[in-house]
Amino acid sequence: MIELKGVSCRFGSTVAVDAINLTVETGEVCVLVGSSGCGKSTTLRMINRLLPHSAGEISVDGQDIRRIDVRKLRLNMGYAIQGTGLFPHWTVARNVALVPKLLGWSRDRITTRVDELLTLLGLAPETFANKYPEQLSGGQAQRVGVARALAADPNILLMDEPFGALDAITRDNLQNEMLRIQRQVHKTTVFVTHDIDEALRLATRIAVMDQGRILQHDTPENILRSPANAFVENLLGSQDRGLKLSALRRVGDAMSRHPQPCEPDLETDWLSEDDSLRQALSVMLWHEAEQLPVRDAGGAEIGVLSRDQIWTGAT
Amino acid sequence: MRVFIRPCVWLLALLFCASFMSVFEALFGWFQPGQTSLIYQRAGFLSLLQNHVLLVLISGSIGTAMAVSAGILVTRGWGRDFLPLASQVASIGQTFPPVAVLALAVPVLGFGEAPTLMALVLYGLLPILRNTLVGLDGIAPAVKEAASGMGMSPTQVLLKVELPLAGRVILAGVRTSVTINIATAAIGSTIGARTLGDPVIAGLVNGNTGYVLQGALLIGLLAITTDSLFEALQRTWSQRLLAAAVAG
Repeated sequence: MIELKGVSCRFGSTVAVDAINLTVETGEVCVLVGSSGCGKSTTLRMINRLLPHSAGEISVDGQDIRRIDVRKLRLNMGYAIQGTGLFPHWTVARNVALVPKLLGWSRDRITTRVDELLTLLGLAPETFANKYPEQLSGGQAQRVGVARALAADPNILLMDEPFGALDAITRDNLQNEMLRIQRQVHKTTVFVTHDIDEALRLATRIAVMDQGRILQHDTPENILRSPANAFVENLLGSQDRGLKLSALRRVGDAMSRHPQPCEPDLETDWLSEDDSLRQALSVMLWHEAEQLPVRDAGGAEIGVLSRDQIWTGAT
Repeated sequence: MRVFIRPCVWLLALLFCASFMSVFEALFGWFQPGQTSLIYQRAGFLSLLQNHVLLVLISGSIGTAMAVSAGILVTRGWGRDFLPLASQVASIGQTFPPVAVLALAVPVLGFGEAPTLMALVLYGLLPILRNTLVGLDGIAPAVKEAASGMGMSPTQVLLKVELPLAGRVILAGVRTSVTINIATAAIGSTIGARTLGDPVIAGLVNGNTGYVLQGALLIGLLAITTDSLFEALQRTWSQRLLAAAVAG
């Protein structure tokens, strides 16, 4: 658990972060979102003491971070940043092994862990372990960056716009990976982004920041339903809030489930259980369908989603 | 290790000329008819070469140590204030002609090797300092931020990340500095240091072109040998990355 109480950060006379209070519960993903210069990155960097806080108190699992040895604090926090910050003169494997090595793990344990992480991030170890960062695409490099952050199994993950410099498709893939990995590892994560869609997608709770203050700290759904003020409303984009809300719901939660899974009808179009209602709506619009069968990951038909259910499910 | 063939060839040529200069006696006699003393005899070329190399080696080591440490100091957080000063001092050092540095050093250190060494150290500082600053500055901020953000100590960041990444650029600075100093060291002969400049000075004083050519030939060969050695070193430095890039 990370707690910020009345935390401020001043550079000379400018106030970058102004007496914010924020609690990140263990295992949740807290996304700090706002335009550039709003203090979100500053907040993140105060948590691992890359920047000192001028006032207030930051504690990790109840311990004031100023009382923890700064290296020990950082070794226990995975850190992934925009542009990856991979060491260009080290191979992928050595980059990922950075923190385990600093912690003095044995060579065997490090090799096993590196392979495990590269596999988790969808990079085949035999292909990628010995490559250098400049030989990777942007998306691959960022995967390595995330693997490096996760390497020593830290309790906390800090991510500063890690997908900011990627193209839309790669970013989309990596967000999916993040969600998948987070379901497996349950790290307490602080994630900084300027992209509200990314925030809505990844967050357990979102903190909307502007001019060094937190305007609203709530679940994606509550922020969409009742934005605290005009700034938040503007950030969400008032036109497609409905669609954004529907994107938060899974098809599997809104459909009517068959009593028994059955053989799918191969002729018709179908939805996957994990699709969002937004995707379902799009498919239905395209095919002018009243309802569509839903399949699970194994390919069996497990239910049916109708247009009405999107309506009742999304609102 | 094929990159080291070239410096080896040049080194052999240098050693050959220094040991057996007399084989060219006929050549020097051919364009200096009437000259009785054709080959510089006052000291052996090999011992002059040895002394010359020693001067450059010592001054190069001191200069590199000083310039790299200065470059590191002024790029740390607490030394940043001195960054402009350091680059200015280094630039001013370079505007001095080497002869002037020698002339200024003589009253302080007397004649001989000591003032020459001082002049060489001062003269060699700038290229190394400048390249150290460029090299350390050229590292992507994200790399340094990631390094310390992941829990590396400042010393670890310096030794494992910054210096290896800046190393090639620093090495290029050392190369420039040493090559310049091989030429500058010869001027040390004017204040009594024993270098390969001796035959050149003696030749100029006595109007013996042969002596001048012999000194110049050896200085030139030494410079080329050293330069190609550095080239080979720089290539080896980047070879690993290069090989990896080709394989990928």
